[in-house]
Amino acid sequence: MDSVANIILYFVVAIAVTVFSVMAVTSRRILRAATYLLFVLISTAVIYFQLGYQFLGAVQIAVYAGGIMVLFVFSIILTRKPGEKESFLDSHRRAIGISVSVAGCILLLLALFTMPLFSGVSLSEALEAGNMITMKEIGNAMVGSDRFQYLLPFEAVSVLLLACIIGGVVVARKR
Amino acid sequence: MGITLPVLILALPFAMFLILGIGGVKMSRKLAGVLGICANGALLAMSYTVAFTYFFSGETAYIIDGVRQQLQLFDVTWMAFTERLVVNIGFLLDPISAMMLIVITTISFMVHLYSWGYMEHEPGFQRYYAFLSLFTFSMLGLVVATNIFQMYIFWELVGVSSYLLIGFFYKLPSAVSASKKAFIVTRFADLFMLIGILVLSYYVSQTPADGPLGGASAFNFIMLNNNSANVLESTLCGTFMGGSILSWAMVFIFVGGMGKSAMLPLHIWLPDAMEGPTPVSALIHAATMVVAGVYLVARFFPLYLIADGSLLFITVVGAITAFYAAVVACCQIDIKRILAFSTISQIAFMMVSLGVTRPELHEGMGYMASMFHLFTHAMFKALLFLGAGALIHAVHSNNYTAMGGMRKYMPVTHWTFLIGCLAIAGIPPFSGFFSKDEMLTAMYANSPLWGAWMTMVAALTAFYMFRMYFRVFWWEENPHYKDHTPHDAPWQMSVPLIFLAAVSCVAGFIPFGEFVTWDRAPYHIHLDMSVAIPSICVAVVAIAFAAWLYAKKNEKPSKMKVAMPVLWEAAHRRFYWDEIYMFVTHKIIFNGICRGIAWFDRHIIDGTMDGLAAVTQFASAKIKGMQSGNVQTYVIWYFFGALLLAAITWICLL
Amino acid sequence: MDLSILWYLVPSVIMFVAGVYGFVTRKNMIALLISLELMLNSADLNFVVFNRYLFPGSMEGMFFTLFAIAIAAAETAIAIAIIINIYRSVQNTDINVVNKMKF
Repeated sequence: MDSVANIILYFVVAIAVTVFSVMAVTSRRILRAATYLLFVLISTAVIYFQLGYQFLGAVQIAVYAGGIMVLFVFSIILTRKPGEKESFLDSHRRAIGISVSVAGCILLLLALFTMPLFSGVSLSEALEAGNMITMKEIGNAMVGSDRFQYLLPFEAVSVLLLACIIGGVVVARKR
Repeated sequence: MGITLPVLILALPFAMFLILGIGGVKMSRKLAGVLGICANGALLAMSYTVAFTYFFSGETAYIIDGVRQQLQLFDVTWMAFTERLVVNIGFLLDPISAMMLIVITTISFMVHLYSWGYMEHEPGFQRYYAFLSLFTFSMLGLVVATNIFQMYIFWELVGVSSYLLIGFFYKLPSAVSASKKAFIVTRFADLFMLIGILVLSYYVSQTPADGPLGGASAFNFIMLNNNSANVLESTLCGTFMGGSILSWAMVFIFVGGMGKSAMLPLHIWLPDAMEGPTPVSALIHAATMVVAGVYLVARFFPLYLIADGSLLFITVVGAITAFYAAVVACCQIDIKRILAFSTISQIAFMMVSLGVTRPELHEGMGYMASMFHLFTHAMFKALLFLGAGALIHAVHSNNYTAMGGMRKYMPVTHWTFLIGCLAIAGIPPFSGFFSKDEMLTAMYANSPLWGAWMTMVAALTAFYMFRMYFRVFWWEENPHYKDHTPHDAPWQMSVPLIFLAAVSCVAGFIPFGEFVTWDRAPYHIHLDMSVAIPSICVAVVAIAFAAWLYAKKNEKPSKMKVAMPVLWEAAHRRFYWDEIYMFVTHKIIFNGICRGIAWFDRHIIDGTMDGLAAVTQFASAKIKGMQSGNVQTYVIWYFFGALLLAAITWICLL
Repeated sequence: MDLSILWYLVPSVIMFVAGVYGFVTRKNMIALLISLELMLNSADLNFVVFNRYLFPGSMEGMFFTLFAIAIAAAETAIAIAIIINIYRSVQNTDINVVNKMKF
């Protein structure tokens, strides 16, 4: 039996995620869409916190909500005049989009609810089953080279980010 | 004897081929020539060491109670396909291979030296020496082969090097077609040889694996020859068209030898092969490669002896070829062609001599005589070819019509050439007399028919050789000599001539029967005067006839030609063998059979492929519109695909 | 009432199909990128939820998400650089102006 506070928090976050996701893809003002995306990302970070992954939630806020959103906003401001609305969608494409997503939604939900895999473990039980992940563990796992340690991906990502910096500069610079 | 020398004998010429073939481009002519000659000199020394040790050391490893032993200095597994099919590579030392070591390296060295002068100004000098090394390697590998499979591999290799050297002047269309002809004809013959090998080894390998002929021994010469009774027994299970399986296998193997040794009807490549450089003709097409067929028969002699009919086949083929080639040689103008037909005739002589050999007749001396003639013929025929090369070098023409009266201008060539002619004509004391006399004795012993027939061929030999000799060195001086006076060749070319002439003078006195006989036991040669005197007489008569016709310029030869136009034309055109081949290949095979095959290829096979391409093109034109460049459309399709996969997975899991 | 694993997966599904809808229907390339982030975020969320409920003793799902966030950042940066470059050359960021890469 989970605590009432957790349940209430869940509902708030779930509704926020659902509503803001839909609004992010339907809003005709692009800056607003970006803002809704920000709300979705923050809500996701809250779910991470609730599931006991504090570090991950912090990263989500710092990198996604902080870094990527800034990129979005800058690019929107660079390519749009403020207040400009996107043109209306043509009904044909809209119909396709709605049918595709409804079909996908139904199929995925059907699959979810018929999967026998998921037993009714509650959140509190799940939290008790795993001990809290400390920063020390994460740090060790990140730069260790044993089994279940991630030095190689860590280095690969660092190289990727470097390549990305250079690539970004090369692609975007004025000729 | 260790394995160092045998391995080196094979490795050195191959290494020289690689060095000169790969690095030759960077070398100067002089370096390449000196390198090739020095390496060949070393090879000569090593081969002489091996052969002389074998013949003269008298150690029990080589000779026991006067019987020379066959020994395999090494014999290692080369390719083991299955337990029953094991191919070895090795070095077999016995009287004939030791003799061939001497012949090959001697002639090869002489030709290397001679080529230094002869080929001096030709482009591709380094390539030439590389090919010579390749040939020497292949020929040595052939004669020392311990098994028929190794021999077959090297057999093909000599074919390749012969092809490369005939086509050495690859800018001349005639040389190119001659090289192709040589390769295709010999290759065609080798197909029969391969079939023979397959048949033989198939039946031999039916014997128990732990018996004397199990495993790698199914190819091994010594095992096959020493267990010829077992071989015969293993092939007794059937007959084919009246002949036993062993006879068919041995005849098929002999057909390979017919191709290489230019026996009728596979002789057509050898006269054309004279398009190659003359030293090459001396080395390959007179002294070594063309006697490979004789060597093959000698190598397999115990098996030929028990395969009934095969020796008779060899005798008949040899006798017909010998006569045919001798007649044709009388009516050729090109001096190299005359020598080529003379070579065919002499090789056929050896074949007949092998064919008439029976152990009960003079202790099988025909075998010894054949090998003896192989030895002496290699020396004096190489001498004649090199002399012809010197003549051609001097007058820049192959035809004797451009020569005449050369004895004043080229004394060295004249005297050495005369010695060669006397040797081949069978005049004592030159070497050819002794070997030919032994062969004729063996033939008379077998049947007077063969003896008389081959005596006639010997007379023709003397006639056509002296016809050429008188026509080239006597007759009348060619008026063009005033513009371009011919002179003797440089020392690199004269030294081999003199050396070979000296060998031809004395080689007849070698007691050859002490060294090489069919059962490797010594045989004491003695001259049979009832054979020797008639053969000397016919030779002298033939020479006198040739002198009467050709010693001075006169009208007799042309009158004879006019008197018998059909015969002369037929002999001059080699009895139309080339025309027959052209008719068979072009009219029947190319136009008849190949046309249908070509139609099938163009319309059915190509049509299928074209149809596939057309279908692919049509389909791609129809569906390429789906690649619209619109990313969102792609995503919709992708999403549908993903959903479909998910649905399939889901259904399968439920 | 228990918060079982399904409770967390349902918002994730909705987030994902919203991303699909946005990607298929929107014209602006930045809006497309936003939809892409939604889809990616939903996948990240799934990893974390599975890790917590099914394999509570280990951290693989969390680390996968961590690296996915890093890669998403890189990808977004490059995508935005490309979009700005396109905008500079055609004064437009609609997806239908970049349909030249076809047969």
